[in-house]
Amino acid sequence: MKYALFLGCTVPVRALNYELAARKVGQKLGLEFLDIPEFSCCGFPVKSVDRMTSILMAAENLSLAEETNSDICALCSACSSVLTEVNKELKENQALRNRINGDLSVTGRKYQGKIRVKHFVRILHEDVGLEKIKEMIKRPLSEFNFTPHYGCHYLKPSEVYGRFDNPENPHTLDELIQLTGAKSIPYEDKNQCCGGGVLGVDEATALKIAALKLDHVKATGADALVLICPFCNIMYEGNQKKIERQSSSEFNLPVLYYPQVLGLALGIPQDELGFRMNRVKVSEILSQLG
Amino acid sequence: MIDVSKLDPNFKYEITKEPGGEHMTRCFACGTCTAGCPVREINDEYNPRRIIRMALLGMKEEVLSSNFIWFCASCYTCEERCPQDVKIADLMNAIKNIAVREGHIHPSFTAQLEALFAHGRIYEITEFDNKKRVKLGLPQIKESSEDTRKLFRKTGVEKLVKKGGGGE
Repeated sequence: MKYALFLGCTVPVRALNYELAARKVGQKLGLEFLDIPEFSCCGFPVKSVDRMTSILMAAENLSLAEETNSDICALCSACSSVLTEVNKELKENQALRNRINGDLSVTGRKYQGKIRVKHFVRILHEDVGLEKIKEMIKRPLSEFNFTPHYGCHYLKPSEVYGRFDNPENPHTLDELIQLTGAKSIPYEDKNQCCGGGVLGVDEATALKIAALKLDHVKATGADALVLICPFCNIMYEGNQKKIERQSSSEFNLPVLYYPQVLGLALGIPQDELGFRMNRVKVSEILSQLG
Repeated sequence: MIDVSKLDPNFKYEITKEPGGEHMTRCFACGTCTAGCPVREINDEYNPRRIIRMALLGMKEEVLSSNFIWFCASCYTCEERCPQDVKIADLMNAIKNIAVREGHIHPSFTAQLEALFAHGRIYEITEFDNKKRVKLGLPQIKESSEDTRKLFRKTGVEKLVKKGGGGE
C-alpha cells in the first residue's frame, strides 16, 4: 500500500513526534510513504477568505500526488477535510473542474481526478484493518485508560467523507485504541471541538473551549488524552499550561498522538516514537511499560 | 433597533448566489445550530441563528463589517444537525468571502495570507527546523512559495497581501 504522505503546515514544524510515530507505525504495518517536496499548504486556511483560491491550492496538491499515482495519506484532519472535499467536488462537477484546470495552468499542473484522500487513522481502520493490526500487537497496553478525541475534520462534513464513521457517535478511534489492549473510556462532550478554529480570531474563547474538554477528561482519571490532529494538540497540549494559568486549575494531562500509542503496543522502542517532544511529560506512562 | 430604510432586500440573494450560501433561505430559525455551537457556549457574541436572521432581513453592512462572522470554528456541528440542510459552516464561509470582497477581512486572516505568500505554508520552515528534522531521521522540507504566489495572483487574493505582496 503506497501513499503520498501529506504533512501540511503544522506537522513538520510543530508535531514532529506525530510524524515520527506515524512513519514508524506505517513502516511496521507495511505502508509505503512517498514524500513529495512540492506539497504546500492544503488550502484550508483560505476557505474563509476566497473559496476559489482554496480550491486551487488543494487541486495543486492533489495533482502533485496524481503525478506519482499515489493516494494521499493526511496526518492533519483539516488537510484531510479540504483535500477530500475538493477532490469530491472536482470529480463530480465537470464545469468547476474545467475552470480550475484553466486557472491551475499558471503552475503547469492539471487535476485529473485519479486518486483518493484519506486520513492516516482512517487508513489504519479501513485499508490495513483492525484484524491485521491486532495480530501484530506485541505489548498489550491493558493497564491503561485512554480518552479519545476525534476532533471535527476527521469526521466532518460527514457527507464529504461518505459517512465512513458516525459524526455524532464515532467509533473508529475507540476501536483502534481498544485493539492495543487499552480501555477507551467515555467522557462528557466527547465530540466537542478543540477550539483551534477560533484561536487566531479570539484566543480567550478558543482556550475556554479547550479548557472544557480538559476538565471533562481529567474528571475520568484517564491516563492520557489520545488525538489525531496537530491542531487539536496545539490546543490541548501546547496551550495546556496557559489554560492552567488562566483557569487556576492544574491538569497535568498527558496528550498522546494515536500512532504513539499504537507504536508502543506494536513493540516499537519508546525512543523511536518521539515521546521526548511531548510537552506534558509522559514518563509515568512510559515507566509503567518498563 | 433595526432601521428598515437601511435594509438591503437583495443581500439574501447575493448570499444564495455565493457557493455555500445556496440554502440560506430554507432556515426556519429553529436554533439547533446555536444550541450545539461550541463557540456560542463560551461567547455570546457569536450566534449563528442571529447571523442568518440578520442576513435574511438584509442587514448587509452590520453583517459584513462585523467581527462575529469570523468566530465560526468550522467544526460543522451545526451543519450535521440542521434539519433544513442550510449547511451553516459553508454559509459562514460564503458570507466571509463576500465580506472580504467588500473590504472587510479579519486581520488574523491577512496574517495567514502573508505567511502563505511568503512561504507557501502557514509556518516558515527555517534552517533550524530542517536540522532538527534531519537529526530525527526525517526528510528535509523544501520551502517554496512560487506556485502559491502564482495562484494568489491568478485569483486576485494577492491584493490582500500587504506585507511583501501586491496590496498597498
